[in-house]
Amino acid sequence: MTPETGKPVLEVENLQTEFATAKGALRAVDGVSFSLSPGEIIGLVGESGSGKSVTGFSLLGLIDAPGRIAGGSVKLNGTELVGMSPQELRKRRGKEIAMIFQDPIATLNPLLTIGQQMEMALAAHETLSRRAAAEKSAEALARVGIPSARERLKSYPHEFSGGMRQRAAIAIALLHRPAVVVADEPTTALDVSIQAQIIHEMKALARDYGVAMIWISHDLAVVSALASRILVMYAGRLVEQGPSAQVLRDPRHPYTRGLIDSLPSATVPGQMLTQIPGSMPSLGALPPGCAFAPRCSYASDACGAKPDMVQAGRRGWRCVHPLGTEHKERAAS
Amino acid sequence: MLGFIIQRAIQAVAVMAVMSVIVFVGVYAIGNPVDIVIPPDATQAMRDEAIRRLGLDLPLWEQYGIFAWNLLHGDFGRSFVYNVPVLELIGGRLPATLELVLISILFAAVAGVSLGVYAGVKPDSWVSKAIMGLSILGFSVPSFWVGLILILTFAVSLGWLPAGGRGETVTVWGIEWSFLTLDGLSHIVLPAINLALFKLAMMIRLARAGTREVMLSDTVKFARAAGIPEGVILRRHVLKLISIPLITVFGLELGSTLAFAVVTETIFSWPGVGKLIIDSIGVLDRPVMVAYLVLIAFLFVMINFTVDLVFALIDPRIRSGRQSA
Repeated sequence: MTPETGKPVLEVENLQTEFATAKGALRAVDGVSFSLSPGEIIGLVGESGSGKSVTGFSLLGLIDAPGRIAGGSVKLNGTELVGMSPQELRKRRGKEIAMIFQDPIATLNPLLTIGQQMEMALAAHETLSRRAAAEKSAEALARVGIPSARERLKSYPHEFSGGMRQRAAIAIALLHRPAVVVADEPTTALDVSIQAQIIHEMKALARDYGVAMIWISHDLAVVSALASRILVMYAGRLVEQGPSAQVLRDPRHPYTRGLIDSLPSATVPGQMLTQIPGSMPSLGALPPGCAFAPRCSYASDACGAKPDMVQAGRRGWRCVHPLGTEHKERAAS
Repeated sequence: MLGFIIQRAIQAVAVMAVMSVIVFVGVYAIGNPVDIVIPPDATQAMRDEAIRRLGLDLPLWEQYGIFAWNLLHGDFGRSFVYNVPVLELIGGRLPATLELVLISILFAAVAGVSLGVYAGVKPDSWVSKAIMGLSILGFSVPSFWVGLILILTFAVSLGWLPAGGRGETVTVWGIEWSFLTLDGLSHIVLPAINLALFKLAMMIRLARAGTREVMLSDTVKFARAAGIPEGVILRRHVLKLISIPLITVFGLELGSTLAFAVVTETIFSWPGVGKLIIDSIGVLDRPVMVAYLVLIAFLFVMINFTVDLVFALIDPRIRSGRQSA
């Protein structure tokens, strides 16, 4: 399922997002580039603090001060979003590009009914009679698998279960059938059984509506079940990208290898889980070269310079000691 | 809901009973009114006669018993000093306080919430900083001093507004009101501002703190991500989400201001209940003090009850919590 024909719906070029602090600007997103075809689902993976959520918010222009998009380009259906006026950007949010968050209990307003919140999201982009709005909201709720949707419009978020709340939030985000949806860990706060259901339904929704999706997660297992391509992010930069199956089976970047090895399924039962030694450096104290070098067992002097993205077919990696390529090197020498 | 109301009513009766005992005993302890009520040159016979007439010769518990019994029949007793029913005395003064306090606290709430929300949305603008400066001033400057400065500026120097009294009044439903005449309204302005200043400062700070917190919440981020305009987010999300602490404080302030608007009423010679109670304390007019304090306790109970009802109206989680309990 990789409908990668036609023009990309989203093109991100060298995106940079900075946060002003007392110690100078911290670059949370540093030169991220990728493109997204209509209906495609890609996974953006990394540890907390890797800049994956900030990347998601940057795409919608939702970076609050003291943060700002310092450079680069985000083109949605060919229109440049970086530097667009807030009013213009607002008209596109929710309509052409939408976002789903991690915790539905925090995103939905506890004091308003689901119906009222859906009506607000509808009214943001079109003028509808109250009746038509209710009609449309009920349809959207039914579409994400909420039974007796019409009556449920009168319910408050606390009267829903966790899974139903997230479904309602998804229904709100998809009300206007946007071309792109940024999903920021939307299943992390849910039970595992409900996780699987939601992932299954999101996949179906993406297919039916032709919505392209960026699925942000720290969980490689979730992403591999969903995304055709994986982007791995570390300390604000993309370190590896490529088709999911290839990246998972045969990673190039030692960090990706570490992420795969730390999955419980990669471990023999009874053994300790493998973990990547050390922790992510803070953005204010990044090493001059490869940011992963201090934690990397393959690191050498060559890692003291910032590695460029090496492109090979549909795959790319930012490492001077890529894994799984030794035999090719030997053959070449 | 009915169960909740009954439970609250029982609570209210208990609070009032305890309050009446405390007040009665407390007032009994502070002095003998006979020394003040009776002229110093009165004979011993006149003294004894007065003490018997006022019921002051009976033991404390019996005095309380009579008081409580009369209270249950709606009789708050007669003032020692004015020799009229206490309820009439307080009833005649209450409207003046009521209109002053309601006007000032509504002004404080509307202006305070608007300014506070603005300062919360744009915390870095100089207007917001000015608003916050004003609120610190409102907190720290004593109310009597502000009252004097207001009189000096607007009444004495500029001569724009009157310095005291209620001005012209209109009788509606047998009660005199000032705010319905232009002259009366001009008399209300200064004391209302004086009374409002502290509450305004408090409302500003509460509204700002709430707004800043809510603006950073996922609810607002999600609404923005759905393309909902900022104005709608403020009106429908933020105002509602910050309302619970604001209403709590509004209720408490309404009660305490009604009860203790004394300073402002004294400075602006506003003939309200605050002045009445201070005068009564000065002459140890026991029935007035006791009745007044019991009424105030009743007022607080009613206000708290209303605030709880409003909470349930705003927050569906509180509503459903009650149903299941």
